[in-house]
Amino acid sequence: MLTLKLKRFTKTGVFTFSLVVASTSLVASSSAQLQTVEAIDIVPHAFAYRMAGDFSQAGRPVDAPLVAVTRTSVLHIMKQQVTAAEYDRCVAEARCMARSPPEGFAPNLPAIQVSWRDATAYATWLSSKTGETWRLPTDEEWVFAAGSRFHDDALSVAASRDPSVRWLARYEKESEQEALDQRPRPPGAFGANEYGLLDLSGNVWEWTNTCFIRQSLDTKGKPAGASTANCGVRVVEGEHRTYVTDFVRDARGTGCAVGKPPSNLGFRLVREGNGFATMASVFRRLMPNN
Amino acid sequence: MGVMVDRPREQSPLVSGRNFMRTNHIAYFAAILVTLIAAVPCRAEADLKLPREKVTLVAPPFVHPHEQATKAGPKIIEFTMTVVEKPIVIDEAGTTIPGFTFNGSIPGPLMVVHEGDYVELTLVNPATSTMMHSIDFHAATGALGGGALTQVNPGEQVVLRWKATRAGVFVYHCAPGGSMTPLHVLAGMSGAVMVLPRDGLRDAGGKLLHYDRAYYIGESDFYVPRGDDGKFQSFTEASDYFPKTLELMRKLIPTHVVFEGKVGALTGKNALQAKVGETVLIIHSQANRDSRPHLIGGHGDYVWETGKFHNPPEQGLETWFIRGGSAGAALYTFRQPGIYAYLSHNLIEAVELGAVAHFKVEGKWNDDLMKQVSPPGPIPPDGISQAKAH
Repeated sequence: MLTLKLKRFTKTGVFTFSLVVASTSLVASSSAQLQTVEAIDIVPHAFAYRMAGDFSQAGRPVDAPLVAVTRTSVLHIMKQQVTAAEYDRCVAEARCMARSPPEGFAPNLPAIQVSWRDATAYATWLSSKTGETWRLPTDEEWVFAAGSRFHDDALSVAASRDPSVRWLARYEKESEQEALDQRPRPPGAFGANEYGLLDLSGNVWEWTNTCFIRQSLDTKGKPAGASTANCGVRVVEGEHRTYVTDFVRDARGTGCAVGKPPSNLGFRLVREGNGFATMASVFRRLMPNN
Repeated sequence: MGVMVDRPREQSPLVSGRNFMRTNHIAYFAAILVTLIAAVPCRAEADLKLPREKVTLVAPPFVHPHEQATKAGPKIIEFTMTVVEKPIVIDEAGTTIPGFTFNGSIPGPLMVVHEGDYVELTLVNPATSTMMHSIDFHAATGALGGGALTQVNPGEQVVLRWKATRAGVFVYHCAPGGSMTPLHVLAGMSGAVMVLPRDGLRDAGGKLLHYDRAYYIGESDFYVPRGDDGKFQSFTEASDYFPKTLELMRKLIPTHVVFEGKVGALTGKNALQAKVGETVLIIHSQANRDSRPHLIGGHGDYVWETGKFHNPPEQGLETWFIRGGSAGAALYTFRQPGIYAYLSHNLIEAVELGAVAHFKVEGKWNDDLMKQVSPPGPIPPDGISQAKAH
C-alpha cells in the first residue's frame, strides 16, 4: 500500500508531507502456524506534539507545551490494536497473564482489559517470536501516528490562582463528549485515519510507554527546574488523553470528581527500526502555546 | 365498616406483613374499598371546604416551585401522577430493565406541601400498563399509608386525600403487596414528599433557614442477573425479569446503586449546579436500603438526618445516614467553586456501583479556606530538616 498525504496543521501553520507504506511481519506461533502482524510505516515528517503530563507556570497549572517535532526516521506501527486471539497465543504459552471476564473476549475483538504490564509482556513475547524488537509506542509516537485522530486536551484558559478554573473547564469539555457504546467492536469498526491505522480514538484506549510527568515551565513556556516522573502511571491515549496506573486493566470506575475514565484499555505496538529509529533522530522545538 | 368483624380469624395486615399478599387479603382490601366507595358516594369537594391549589410536578432532581414558609392557611394541594411502565437503561453498558415509574422518572417527583395541608393525589394507571399499582405515603396516616386504598388496575385511576400532619421529607412507594412490593419499588416506583413547617425550616435555636435551590436525589438499588458470558442481561418484560431479580434480591447484594435511576444520571451535562454563596437543600431518599451521603469538599451545614423537620438539625456534618425506607435533608452553603462529588460514602457503592452525583459550582475561590501553599514538586534535599525545624 502506498499513499501520499498532504496535511496542514491549521493552528500552527506547519505543513506536513507524509508517505505511508504498509508492511507485514510474520510470527511463528506455538502451533507452528504463521501469524501475520500487519504494520504500517509512516515516513518522517514534522508534526505538532502536545506534551503529556501536568505542567505549571509560577505554581499555576497550565496547558502542556506544544512542541514542533521533526521525526527523521520511519515509524513502524501496528495497523490495528492487538486482538484477543493474538494476545491469547501469548497466554497459551504462559508468557502473558490471562485476562479476566466479563466482556469482549471474542477472538476477533481487540484485546481489552489489559494493563500496561500485560501489554509489555506481550511485546516481549512477540519480540522473541519474531526476532524483532516490538514495544509500546511513546506518547509522542502515538500522537504522530494518530494524526487527525489525536484529541488535543489543551483547555486554553488563562492561568489562574483559582484551582477551580481549569477544573471546571476540563469538566465542561469532558461533559461535551458523546457517551460511547463501550462494547468492543471488531477491528476497523471505527475506521482508518489518514495513514491507514484503524480504530484510533474509538472505544478502546491504548497504552503508551510514556511515564506521567510533572514539570514546571519558565515564563516562555519552556521546561525549567526539576521535574518528577512517575512511571507507575503511564499515558493512555484515545478519545481523550488520560493517565492510568500500570497494573490497572479496567479503568472504568466512575471516579469521584477527577474526570472521565477510558472505556476500555487495549494496545498496539511499534517495531524498532533497523537501528536508526532512536530518540536522537527526532528534533523538537517549542511552539507558541495557543 | 364491618369488614374486621366479618373476618375475625384474620390477623390485621398491619401486624402481619407476611400474609399481606395472600389472595384473601386482596379480597379483604377490595372489600374495604368497596365499603368506602359505597359509604361515601359524594365527591371529595363536598366534605372539605378549603382553598385548592393544583401543582404540576417536575422530574427529579428538580423540585416544583413552592413557598418555603407560608402565611396562608391550610389548602388542598392537588397532584396527578401517572404510572409509566417502560424499559429503562440503568448503566453505560446499556443494561435495560423493565422499569415501573411514577410519572416516567426514577425516582418519582418530589411533592412539596406545608404542614396542615391536604395532599390530594390522582393516581392514574393507564390501560397500557401490565400490572396493578398503588401508593404508600410514609407521611400519611392510615390504610397502609394509602396503599390499601389506591390499588389501581390498568385502565383505572384513584383519588386519595391525606392530611400532612408531620413535617419532614418522607418516602412514598408502590405497595401492591407481597414480593410485588419490593419488586415494584426496585423497578423504580418510589419518590418523596416534603412537608415543610408552615413557618419554614429552623435551626436548633429557632433561626429561620432559607435555601436558594432544592434538589431531590432518589437512590435506587438494582439486582440484575448476569448471563453465562458474565455480562448483565437486559430485560423488557417484568414477567421475565422479576423471578430472576428476586432471586438476587434475596441475597441482598445489589449490582447497581444509583441516583436518579441510572449510573451517571447526575454527572457531566446533567451535573447539579450551584454558585458560591448559594444555599442548597439536598433531599435524599432511599426506599429500600441504607445510604451514607457525603459531599466531597463540602459538608452538611444543617442536616435532618432522619428527615423530620421538628427535630433540630445537626450542624457541620461530614457524612450522614439515610435509613432504608426514609428520606433525609441536608442544607449546605457552597463556599468554594469547583466540582463536588455527592456520593454514598460506601465508596464501593459510589465508585463501582454508581452512587455518585456531581455539583458544578461557579464563583470565586477563597484562599483563606484553602490554598495550595506549595504545588507538588520534587522533595527538596533539606526537606526533612526543614520539617524538623518547624
